[in-house]
Amino acid sequence: MELTINGSKHQVDIEPDTPLLWVLRDELGMTGTKYGCGLAQCGACTVLVDGQATRSCVTPVESVAGAQIMTIEAITEDPVGQKVVEAWVSNQVPQCGYCQSGQVMAATALLKQSPQPSDDDIAGAMVNLCRCGTYNAIAAAVRDAAQA
Amino acid sequence: MNDMTPIVADAIDREHDKPLNLSRRGFLGASLGALVLGVTLPAARARAQAAAASITPGTRVRAFLEIRPDSTVLFRSAFIEGGQGIFTAMAQIVGEELDVDPAQFVVEGAPPGPDYLLTGGGRFTGGSMSVRMSYETMRTLGASARQMLLQAAATRLGVPASELSTEPGRVVHAASGRVIPYGEIADAAADLPVPEDVTLRAPGDFRWIGKPVARLDVRDKSTGKAHYSIDQRIDGMLHAAVQHSPRLGGEPGALANEAEVRGMPGVHSVHRLPGAVAVLANSWWRARMAVEALQVTWSEPAAGTAHAMPADFSSEAHMTKLKATPGEGVAYETAGDAAGALGGAARIVEATYDAPYLAHGQLEPPSALARWNEDGTLELWIPNQAPEMFQADAAKVAGIAPEKVIIHSQILGGFFGRHFLYQSANPYPQAILLAKAAGRPVKLIWSREEEFLRDTLRPMSAVRFRAGLDADGLPVALDAVAVCEGPTGRWFGRQPDEVDSSSVEGIAGKVYAIPNRRIGQVHVDDPAIIGFWRSVGHSMNDFFYETFFDEMADAGGLDPYELRHRLLADSPRHRNLLEAVADLSGGWKRGPFTAEDGTRRARGVAMASPFASEVATIAEVSLQQGEIVVHDVWVAIDPGSIVNPAVIEAQVNSAVALGLSSALLEEVVYVDGLPQARNYDGYPILTPNRMPRVHVRIVESGATPMGGIGEPGLPGVPPAVANAVSVLAGQRVRSLPLSKLDLKGVDG
Repeated sequence: MELTINGSKHQVDIEPDTPLLWVLRDELGMTGTKYGCGLAQCGACTVLVDGQATRSCVTPVESVAGAQIMTIEAITEDPVGQKVVEAWVSNQVPQCGYCQSGQVMAATALLKQSPQPSDDDIAGAMVNLCRCGTYNAIAAAVRDAAQA
Repeated sequence: MNDMTPIVADAIDREHDKPLNLSRRGFLGASLGALVLGVTLPAARARAQAAAASITPGTRVRAFLEIRPDSTVLFRSAFIEGGQGIFTAMAQIVGEELDVDPAQFVVEGAPPGPDYLLTGGGRFTGGSMSVRMSYETMRTLGASARQMLLQAAATRLGVPASELSTEPGRVVHAASGRVIPYGEIADAAADLPVPEDVTLRAPGDFRWIGKPVARLDVRDKSTGKAHYSIDQRIDGMLHAAVQHSPRLGGEPGALANEAEVRGMPGVHSVHRLPGAVAVLANSWWRARMAVEALQVTWSEPAAGTAHAMPADFSSEAHMTKLKATPGEGVAYETAGDAAGALGGAARIVEATYDAPYLAHGQLEPPSALARWNEDGTLELWIPNQAPEMFQADAAKVAGIAPEKVIIHSQILGGFFGRHFLYQSANPYPQAILLAKAAGRPVKLIWSREEEFLRDTLRPMSAVRFRAGLDADGLPVALDAVAVCEGPTGRWFGRQPDEVDSSSVEGIAGKVYAIPNRRIGQVHVDDPAIIGFWRSVGHSMNDFFYETFFDEMADAGGLDPYELRHRLLADSPRHRNLLEAVADLSGGWKRGPFTAEDGTRRARGVAMASPFASEVATIAEVSLQQGEIVVHDVWVAIDPGSIVNPAVIEAQVNSAVALGLSSALLEEVVYVDGLPQARNYDGYPILTPNRMPRVHVRIVESGATPMGGIGEPGLPGVPPAVANAVSVLAGQRVRSLPLSKLDLKGVDG
């Protein structure tokens, strides 16, 4: 099947129920998207599918054939994503960093849909887990990115 | 089918295995090919280790530093980065003395070797030790390298070294206006002897130490470019997934559907491992689907199998056993005459406290990539907190000499104590055996479910307290007995007549002037595989002690803050810290009080002395629809002196989050020998909506030795929260997690 990822087309020959996460990581070598739980619990695997934050670990690849998939690998090519990254850097958000690809993608999806999110919007969208507890820095960075 | 169990014994018999039938592949993460101030590569490692006896760790500049032609610095850190900011701290410390801006550093984990044994003659990243154990040594290393560069420049310019000075990244000859970038003389400097004596910068002249220098890794970690163990790829690699025996000690018997599984898409082979079965495939998802489809008959553990998980084990029954185990145990800390003072006390306060098993729950599942090379070496890309220990153990598994095991220590996707050498909890032995059987490199990832099955647990504990109060309500005697097994004894050897300090730290070592004390431990073997969890014994013991402290205060009719303050009258460092956290929170008030939003709130206070730092914590709490809401946490922390205040603030935020998560939510429950949670759906951890505001004040008292940072922010959080909850709920809180409390009907 054909996938459109970060604006490029990729042919993959894979069981159609394979989670998008493992197609990205093992078939296409795009390891910026992380495996955390496999159950859509943690959000480390978040990518954008047609602009929506999507947990790729439970997304069958066949369901996104024909969609526009965006991963962390292309984050700085996206104007909103670039703002988010700069806010992440200026707020020194990451600690271990493992969840942060997913956090950045979730923030990018939020700001694409709500360029000036309220605190409630941020709380509603930024629900990925972070075991290092960078939650306050994440919220501050999202607010900064919205102002940038 | 490859039964791999015999490989272990077979391989150990052969000291030098023949090269395997696999083609040599390019190295991942090999030398950057730069001019060097020396570099330790695998070929040199055996010689280095042979000379180990003559090497003083942390002194050989060439083992740590490589100044590249563009004057950037590659630094090999003895300590592994896992979010605590140690790579940045090392760049600050070394850069300060070397005179190179930390931003010019590229830092990676050092290979195993005698140069890096900087934690008491050994090496591990833990115990909040990295900076405090290596600070002077790393400063001296940086200063030595600078001196070598000055000498090389003096030779090049034909002037005395005394006429030269440095600016960040270059040597300057002020008299002639000539400058030489470090990168141009790094080669020549590398050939010079390391100076015997160097002068360190005066702290008043620090440019980077003590400053909120930006972390070196945030951009890569914000753009998906940071590579963890789980992300490593090498040519020809197969992917592996495992299914473990549900109970430790069981071995795989019949595989009912092996042929069928072997025919599943992408499957390369099916394997038996000690205590597990594995499938190799051309992608991890296929390997996982296949291994989980395997219908395995697991044997009962053979009699005498060490740490076999009993079929009837339950965490609830074990806690009942701990609480029912009598005795005063072995004394760890005594002062005065606790028994006598209790006998003469005006009032006795007694309570038993407990805390459950905890999982690490780091977001990166464990993995290991193993490759056997034609020259008989074995390369491992693994998460670890102790490269030499892993190297030695991997050598045993592989049946080769330790110097033939090349360890590439990867940055850690969280650790919190997860990546120590815990034989049954590390995936690399399986990866070694699988790579050998397949004759190809193998990357093994444990699914989150397998991780919850084999993670080591923060042990559970029960503590019996008895306090004696005088007629004024002041505590004059304290007797505490911890009933548990500590992780330090489990992994580093336990002396039956001695107390494992990790079982009592946080009950012992408290700073209050209670004149008569006895702190002891009754050892009870823990059937679970226990391990180190952020702040170790402090993670629960300071909860026990500091919450019981409020019981003592209430029994004596004294405010818990005032009682703490009073018992610190002769300890200015701690009294100042307590006052600092009160000031940070706008002045102490216990409550209940009504906040601006109309909610009824209370505050709790706690102190802790973990890892040579001192910490005072206040938490503000309300109850809403039966749920505990923590609004603010104020932390004053005194590590004596500091390297990076921004990293400290981040680490305190992190410790507050993990401490709060454990206090509110976390509990590993075993029933019939099985953990009931195998993923985050059954083991909830702190979510963003429950994160409080965190306010940090760093107090640099100048006290020595320097204290740790990664863990100390944690222990005060559970008791500060529990003490506030007690005020609101009108009931004592003696057991964690707080989610077990029924608080419906006690909302403000």
